[in-house]
Amino acid sequence: MSLFRTEFRRLTKRRFSRYMTLLGLLVLAAVVVGVFFTNQKIDAGQLAKAERQADQQYQEQVRWAEQERVNCEQAKAAGTPNDGRYPDDCSVISPPSREQIDAKWFLPSTFNFRETFDATLIPFAAILALVGFIVGASFVGAEWSTGGMMNLLLWRPKRLTVLFTKLAALLTGILAVTLPAAVLWFAGFWAVASFRGSTEKVTSGVWQSFALTGLRGVALVLVLTTIGFALASLGRHTAMALGGVVAVMVVFQFGLGILLEMASVQWAEAWLLPTYLLAWMTKKVTLQDYDSCNFNYSGECNPPTLDITWQQSSVLLVVGTVVILGAAVWSMRRRDIT
Amino acid sequence: MPAVLEIEGLRKTYKSRRRGTRNALDGFDMRVDAGQVHGFLGPNGSGKTTTLRTLLGLIRPDGGRMTLLGHEVPAALPTVAGQVGAIVESPQFFPHFSARDTLSLLAGAGEVPATRVDEVLELVGLRDRAGERVKTYSLGMKQRLAVASALLKNPKLLILDEPANGLDPGGIREMRTLMRTLAESGMTVLLSSHILGEIQLICDSVTIISLGRRVAFGPVDEVLAQHSSGAVRVRLEAVSDLPAATEALTRAGVRVAGHPDHLMLTGVDKPATVTRLLAEQNLYVSELAPIAVDLESVFLELTATAPVPGQARQVDESMKVGGTGQPGATGGGWGA
Repeated sequence: MSLFRTEFRRLTKRRFSRYMTLLGLLVLAAVVVGVFFTNQKIDAGQLAKAERQADQQYQEQVRWAEQERVNCEQAKAAGTPNDGRYPDDCSVISPPSREQIDAKWFLPSTFNFRETFDATLIPFAAILALVGFIVGASFVGAEWSTGGMMNLLLWRPKRLTVLFTKLAALLTGILAVTLPAAVLWFAGFWAVASFRGSTEKVTSGVWQSFALTGLRGVALVLVLTTIGFALASLGRHTAMALGGVVAVMVVFQFGLGILLEMASVQWAEAWLLPTYLLAWMTKKVTLQDYDSCNFNYSGECNPPTLDITWQQSSVLLVVGTVVILGAAVWSMRRRDIT
Repeated sequence: MPAVLEIEGLRKTYKSRRRGTRNALDGFDMRVDAGQVHGFLGPNGSGKTTTLRTLLGLIRPDGGRMTLLGHEVPAALPTVAGQVGAIVESPQFFPHFSARDTLSLLAGAGEVPATRVDEVLELVGLRDRAGERVKTYSLGMKQRLAVASALLKNPKLLILDEPANGLDPGGIREMRTLMRTLAESGMTVLLSSHILGEIQLICDSVTIISLGRRVAFGPVDEVLAQHSSGAVRVRLEAVSDLPAATEALTRAGVRVAGHPDHLMLTGVDKPATVTRLLAEQNLYVSELAPIAVDLESVFLELTATAPVPGQARQVDESMKVGGTGQPGATGGGWGA
């Protein structure tokens, strides 16, 4: 327990941990503030104004369609060669119906908690996962590269105990930041919705769904923190983790993406890691193949789809974490400390 | 005296596809008795630091047996670690923490009372600079901090690798006094150093390692005596008498090496016989001095690392016990 307390103290004492966490929290705060100032509460006056604007646009469309139809008929009567500007049958030029022009298009942006909050949990998890990854990598990487790990092992010569205690202290620290931040995130967007949008129809089921998405976000933060820690411990340097991420991004995101595109692979996105991270947060990502058709009985062409589910993502995250952390543990047990 | 540290037949081999196999430790033996200040000497790359790291569980040995405070290590390291303070190689600390924070975190990890931090800071002379970040410290100050970290546990065995590295002359003297004081208080100190004059002054006994093997060990006086040449330097009142003296001494069976202003004699049992022999020839001695060896010359002889004019010695070109073509690989107290 004393080792855990000491490692937790070491984590909180490190300036890099503090500054990186502060930076992450400031970015999150900036998102909330930004959403607050770019949204408005919709009142009856604004609704009426939007209806008027929709009417106005409808009238413009009617006038424009009438004008174009007249021009088309004149061009046809004059025998002007049809250069593709007008259809052969001028009567098909007709304005949209009034119902097709939605008054919502003319409303300012408003924050509907029920419809929009779920999506905000993705940047929340992404930003804190990035902070966790970098802080985790730096926490153990700097210890290795400055000789702190060796010093510590002279005091506590149980390598795996030291490694896992460090990881436990790190995850505790990240959790101690993430959970209050999540509560503030919920509260912040509730306030945004209250003052700059709507909190209607937020039932207990909706809350449950948000809570589960939030929990998956917290889990993602902890998983990426662990991976950052394990990669830096494996390479005994912070740069190993950061370099590893850059390599994965270049190879898996850009390189593999381009290769799959060139090879016309059917479900190219199914081979890319971000798809699975997104599926983890949104429960499901549906990929569509626009290069082929599934015809229905009326002859309508629908692209075939492939669902990537959060369960598949969870397998990938668990296997990835176990493999990388397992390699770090093996390295800690077997490799000499020089 | 009971042994605080014992090593028998320690082996560590590094294998590389490109560079082949290298025996960093090749059946190394060592023994340090309780309450002693023991010097651990060897040329660069001879295996000193590898020995210390292996002893402290940082490197996995390929063979041999080690005990610390009567416990087999590395198995019993968790049991004995609280009684062994160590610094290995150059002092390394997280540069953005202060000395007090650094020691406080170590004390926390080792369940040492926090009051001990100020005690050791006082002891190594860092009390007034304890709040400053380590990255602002000079090498000597980092060295003091390293010694403080090793002393934090109030250990029974203190292992220090080059503790005087980077210290100013006053610091070296303070360190020497500290070592002696600690030894007098019952602490056993194992000191690895290249400052052989210091080792000779501080240490009760020494172990000399070369190419992973012990080449000499024992009390400092005994090691020096075993490698004393027994040479005597003779000067006469008149330099012109040196040829006659050489002839007289050679006739008496003494090996003589002539120099412009003196003679070096070997194989002399009693220096007084030289005086008598020369006086009988009316040759009068103005100086008769037995040549004392120091640890440096013994070290250079045993490890065959004395510089040769015009040659650049490579780090692995030193003495291996039992090796061929190496001079002076004999004598008492030679290990394994």
